[in-house]
Amino acid sequence: MQTDFPLFPDQASSFALQVDALYFGILALCVFFALLVVILVVIFAIKYQRKSDDEVPRQIAGHLGLEIFWTAIPAVLALGVFVWATVLYFHLITPPPNAMEMYVVGKQWMWKLQHPEGKKEINELHVPLGESVRLTMTSEDVLHSFYIPAFRVKKDVVPGRYTDLWFKATQVGSYHLFCAEFCGTEHSRMIGTVHVLEPQDYEAWLTGGTANEPMEVAGERLFEQYACHTCHKMDGTGRGPSLAGLFGKTVALEGGGTALVDEAYIRESLLNPSAKVMAGYKPIMPTFKGQISEEGIIQLIAYIKSLKVPELTNME
Amino acid sequence: MAITEQDVQASEDAPSVNYLNNGYGLKSWLLTKDHKRIAVLYIISISIFFALGGLFASLVRFELMTPEGDLMSSDTYNKVFSMHGIIMVFFFLVPSIPATIGNFLVPIMVGAKDLAFPRINLLSWYVYVVAGILGTIAVVGGGVDTGWTFYTPYSSTYSNSNVILAAMAAFMAGFSSILTGLNFVVTIHTMRAPGMTWFRLPLFVWSHYATSLIMLLGTPVIAITLVLLMLERGFGFGFFDPNLGGDPVLFQHLFWFYSHPAVYIMILPSMGVMSEMVASVARKRVFGYEFVAFSSVAIAILGFLVWGHHMFVSSQSTYAGMVFSIITFLVAVPSAIKTFNWTATLYKGSIVYDTSMFYVYGYLGLFLVGGLTGLFLSSMGLDIHLHDTYFVVAHFHYIMVGGQVMGYLGGMHFWWPKITGKMFPDIWGRVSALLVFLGFNLTFFPQFILGYMGMPRRYHVYPDEFQVLNVASSLGASILALGYLVPGAYLTWSIFKGPKAPDNPWGAKGLEWETTSPPPTFNFEETPVVTEEAYQYGPIEEH
Repeated sequence: MQTDFPLFPDQASSFALQVDALYFGILALCVFFALLVVILVVIFAIKYQRKSDDEVPRQIAGHLGLEIFWTAIPAVLALGVFVWATVLYFHLITPPPNAMEMYVVGKQWMWKLQHPEGKKEINELHVPLGESVRLTMTSEDVLHSFYIPAFRVKKDVVPGRYTDLWFKATQVGSYHLFCAEFCGTEHSRMIGTVHVLEPQDYEAWLTGGTANEPMEVAGERLFEQYACHTCHKMDGTGRGPSLAGLFGKTVALEGGGTALVDEAYIRESLLNPSAKVMAGYKPIMPTFKGQISEEGIIQLIAYIKSLKVPELTNME
Repeated sequence: MAITEQDVQASEDAPSVNYLNNGYGLKSWLLTKDHKRIAVLYIISISIFFALGGLFASLVRFELMTPEGDLMSSDTYNKVFSMHGIIMVFFFLVPSIPATIGNFLVPIMVGAKDLAFPRINLLSWYVYVVAGILGTIAVVGGGVDTGWTFYTPYSSTYSNSNVILAAMAAFMAGFSSILTGLNFVVTIHTMRAPGMTWFRLPLFVWSHYATSLIMLLGTPVIAITLVLLMLERGFGFGFFDPNLGGDPVLFQHLFWFYSHPAVYIMILPSMGVMSEMVASVARKRVFGYEFVAFSSVAIAILGFLVWGHHMFVSSQSTYAGMVFSIITFLVAVPSAIKTFNWTATLYKGSIVYDTSMFYVYGYLGLFLVGGLTGLFLSSMGLDIHLHDTYFVVAHFHYIMVGGQVMGYLGGMHFWWPKITGKMFPDIWGRVSALLVFLGFNLTFFPQFILGYMGMPRRYHVYPDEFQVLNVASSLGASILALGYLVPGAYLTWSIFKGPKAPDNPWGAKGLEWETTSPPPTFNFEETPVVTEEAYQYGPIEEH
């Protein structure tokens, strides 16, 4: 990947240059102030060395102008850095709407990843060059943190909720994937490799090897296995709402308020169904907590996402 | 450092009974209510824990010399770095300066006979010792592997180590620190000598006042957080584990609500030490006294409002993160004010090249790096990359070890003649300051580079390309260890063989230098009356 003794990480995502620019910007500021103070105190030490034991220098109480000066300058500079860093942050956490979706489940001590097309990976992630990729992540047990230094991205992976991160790889190669949040005995072996492939190589990789069931097909199978379809009829005549075209919509809730139907909402509705019931329906859905794995939930989500507004009126 | 004949004369005329020879035997020490004796008890006990924490640090650095995990198992490694952190934070850094130098000096500096509650002061030491014993039992009985941060649900559900015992030890240590803080606040408010107005207080007292406020207001929160953790682990209460209906991120909010302010418990006292030492080294009033004093209070207050900067990638609200980020940037301002005022104090001073000066300069250098690298981590866009890497490890060691330990060692040298009544060899003091400064930088500077390259913290094994910098860091650590062992040796030697110290060996200002070395049990023969400002080496010129 690199020489034996690198001093700087690879720059392999569209963020790398932006993050590094901020890094060097702050570094320049720090070097300036550090040198300023160091040079001053060294000059003072040389120039004002004590000449005799009973020497008493002039006692200067202070200087209001100077105090205001060196309060205001750091304050203004600090706020400037704040604005720069925060604007960058919002860019780093806001995936473009057309990003490819992939899914991550962390557990002690491995990363389980799945592509919408069905391909599953452990401790390896293949992504196409130049495509925006958004990862939806959760953990089966303790806190983990998904970290790809060469991409300058990191996000905690939290049990009981979904977090996400996105990136656009800009350089073909293999890069470290680390768990950055201490997670127990083999924390430092919860590592893997991210492979950035040319788009055609990625397609070849995706279709190569053993045939995998696409996530939405796996989800559909689960949907029938758990008899979801008996209530969530596609034509809306069931005891539960039709899920077709529901993903991404904002729905009214029983008892007031609204909720956006996103990954987290679907997960909550499976595990704690009565928390947010859609208006017009009764809280009769049983919980599936402990019955469907995190990966199964993610496959169900992929299936529900794939349900377009119905032309499928003749399901029954 | 010439000692004039007059000085020697003065100390020979001093009353022969001082706090050290006023009673011998174990009982006279273990039941003492004298703040100075309690300070000595604290010095001995925190030194033991510093040595223990340092031993664990050495094991970490030994293991990390090679990328493979070849010295110990991963479980052992995780326990070693956890116990290094828990011991250093709760049993060394938090009490380090306040319970020792602060305990000794705060009453003397305000012109009082003792702290407001001498029995509570002794109680705080006993609570600390019991906490220390509990912590030691946790270590000996198999250790704890959660890191000093005790993050849930790992600590509450998944870890197979002595979490409850270790949390109990940290919980108890917290009470010892609450008692110390309470004593300082009441003493500073009510026991100042006639004429000792707030703006005549030495800056050391101001910084201890600010520290005490944090101890009083922040420590109860960590206490309750650890109780919640113990209840979840012991009885399955669902506070933090999502499987029990809890929220793991809630723990982080509660933990850092104390532990970020606690970082200022671990730096503010050393800033107070530096203000005293800079004034003495330059023989000059601290430039902008009021600004330095209020910057301590500003740091204490702002310090309570920045805890979320430990959680930028934890899934906390983005907008909350923005608020935490901007307030964190504002903490840079009072830190900058202090640094510039210390620099200005040296301007046109009368600077002596002794041990104190070496420690002051070393501290300035390390604190500059530690403080400035905080700017990288408060930047949200950059913290995504840097969070939980060695960059963070390097940054907080520059603050806590480069700052607080440098301040503690510097202060111990500066007030050693007052505490023990003996002089140490100045040449060795300068050598130790140099060793610490060089060893420290060699240990921790490479870790900034490692962190930016992406090496996560708490890694037992690591990819090969990180080895060279890790070896450099381990080499530095051995120099640093030497830098800590050398003062241990010559300071101990000086207790038995060192020349007798005059009352004011450095020609410094302050009530502690007006009493004898070592001071009498009640500090002063008669209550001092203060008629001048702090650090009044000569007539003060206003600008």
